[in-house]
Amino acid sequence: MATTDKEVNELIKREYEHGFVTEIEADTFEPGLNEDVIARLSAIKKEPEWMLEWRLKAYRRWLEMEEPDWAHVGYPKIDYNSISYYSAPKRKEDMPQSLDEVDPELLKTYEKLGIPLHEREKLAGVAVDAVFDSVSVATTFKEPLAKAGVIFCSISEAVRDYPELVQKYLGTVVPHGDNFFAGLNSAVFSDGTFVYVPKGVRCPMELSTYFRINAANTGQFERTLIIADEGSYVSYLEGCTAPMRDENQLHAAVVELVALDDAQIKYSTVQNWYPGDENGKGGIYNFVTKRGACIGKNSKISWTQVETGSAVTWKYPSCVLRGENSVGEFYSVALTHNYQQADTGTKMIHLGKNTRSTIISKGISAGKSSNAYRGLVKFGPGAEGARNFTQCDSLLIGDRCGAHTFPYIESKNKSAIVEHEATTSKVSDEQMFLCRQRGIDPEQAVSMIVNGFCKEVFKELPMEFAVEAGKLLEVSLEGSVG
Amino acid sequence: MLSIKNLHASVEGKEILKGINLEIKAGEVHAIMGPNGSGKSTLSQVLAGNEAFEVTEGEVTLNGENLLDLETEERAREGIFLAFQYPVEIPGVSNLQFLRTAVNAMRTHRGEEEMNAAEFMKLAKEVSKQVDLDPSFLKRGVNEGFSGGEKKRNEIMQALLLQPKLAILDETDSGLDIDALKVVSDGVNALRSEDRAILMVTHYQRLLNHIVPDYVHVLAGGKIIKSGGRELALELEEKGYGWLGIKDEETADSAAN
Repeated sequence: MATTDKEVNELIKREYEHGFVTEIEADTFEPGLNEDVIARLSAIKKEPEWMLEWRLKAYRRWLEMEEPDWAHVGYPKIDYNSISYYSAPKRKEDMPQSLDEVDPELLKTYEKLGIPLHEREKLAGVAVDAVFDSVSVATTFKEPLAKAGVIFCSISEAVRDYPELVQKYLGTVVPHGDNFFAGLNSAVFSDGTFVYVPKGVRCPMELSTYFRINAANTGQFERTLIIADEGSYVSYLEGCTAPMRDENQLHAAVVELVALDDAQIKYSTVQNWYPGDENGKGGIYNFVTKRGACIGKNSKISWTQVETGSAVTWKYPSCVLRGENSVGEFYSVALTHNYQQADTGTKMIHLGKNTRSTIISKGISAGKSSNAYRGLVKFGPGAEGARNFTQCDSLLIGDRCGAHTFPYIESKNKSAIVEHEATTSKVSDEQMFLCRQRGIDPEQAVSMIVNGFCKEVFKELPMEFAVEAGKLLEVSLEGSVG
Repeated sequence: MLSIKNLHASVEGKEILKGINLEIKAGEVHAIMGPNGSGKSTLSQVLAGNEAFEVTEGEVTLNGENLLDLETEERAREGIFLAFQYPVEIPGVSNLQFLRTAVNAMRTHRGEEEMNAAEFMKLAKEVSKQVDLDPSFLKRGVNEGFSGGEKKRNEIMQALLLQPKLAILDETDSGLDIDALKVVSDGVNALRSEDRAILMVTHYQRLLNHIVPDYVHVLAGGKIIKSGGRELALELEEKGYGWLGIKDEETADSAAN
């Protein structure tokens, strides 16, 4: 009844706890984008000639592309010449050689975010690459990983130190011309993470990148490339936050995953970019292209995402299942609140024989937000015996939000099997009354119900992340009932 | 313990309760009987604080405290428990987690320490046996895929865990076979104590063979039209609601139930 809706709507007033700004001297480019800017960026990063050429090719292609408008989101037109394409904390020397040389302000920033980078306080069992605005500021646990033969470094380092690997794979999963934002990223990507796990190696610890946007009026364009060689395994986590600002900021990342024969990549994201205030002012535009290629037989790529932040999200972590018997998975929780808009989902492209994919999507909408699932399941002519199972569930909190589902299925192979289930439900007055009648606070009740709704996805997250994700939903829903 | 004076309540502008007066003392078991649509369930919902219903007149006090001023969860913490007629499902939330959250909310309110997961598991397993529910039910989602009888037993298990001052049982017998009725009744009888009151709402008198009330009230048209002892229920069974001049379409078709 109306009473609970009112309560629920009142609950939608939350605090964003990562909204602080780090006062740090930075080298920031003047806003604007042209070939000179790209050349400067490339020069600062001491990139080889081939990298600059690659960027310029992407830029020229991008100039001919149009910004997509098919997503179920609305935002004012972005002026790409009003954005600064590079901002990095000033350094006394060129590169810090160890954590002792990293600016203490930066270390403090990450500590405040719960990501201590000091050797002695490091997160147990998780190696972190910390990306601050346009640059990677620190990477932990490099040595033990190197012993196992795992390369874990910033993409800038990889371009210089492992050019063969980068050249072999960069842009093979998400090419220049794939889409507008991927094209832009290819031209101006500043930093990100590079991972290579050699043949037969099970990466000894979780790898993670923590992305932080700090500077105003800059875009963050990170590029991540993960290669799992034959028979290897790696689990990778990423987290993201940004200060509270009235202006919208653009985050256009590209993530490419490559799994060779019998290799497995598990990629988990907890995305908590600043979502804007309760009136929809400010927040991050999160326009991201993430795609994995299962090129080897029996390979597996699994995406798990918990999306609670950003003003506008446009993101479809996908799998191209080329190798025989390869497996793609997508587990997603997307929560929108206030005026947030999300258009997210996945693409499962079945090309090889007996390829299988699973899609579990949980969308939660509160406030006046809009939450859309958009997914494509495609079977090529060679996808003999391929199967997909899709389950899309939407949960509405209050009566002013919207949930939409856009599933697309294309099949060019008659033996392929698709199962699709979809539900839409509300946090009902009856559920709230039952919880409250048992003495449970309304906030706690909503958070319990929402967590229950997301259980199938949370159980896919690494343990520490699952706890984090649960807490994050609680914070994100704070004020969504009164 | 509970005192209801001239209680009027309506839903969506339609008046359902039209002046209820009722006094319940600690240790007593009261049964409210009446045909469908008489306002029995509305009375339970209003006492528990369902905001879908609007109290337009009258007062209700629990041990002298004005109940109507309290939020639903505050009433629960003061000791009001409602066993639902149609318990709702909460998918994905385990019964165990739900119950522990509820028990700890009560304990926090009383200034007691919260129970940890292991302690609570032990307690919950014992109580689940009392209502003949396999402990595996604790791990399942709240009421998720439970049969009608399992849902009712789950409600009584919650009452046993929460140890309320006033337990309101809304049509707890409906949809139960005779064995399940026995289990549920045993659970309710285990709740009976000197310092606890029980208010049963039921259409049929058969429940009262198992849980013998001290007082029986007949509710019709939003008012209590007759009160008496145990014998009133038996008389109603024999003569039907028509005996009191009340129309009840349901009794005729579902008497065999």
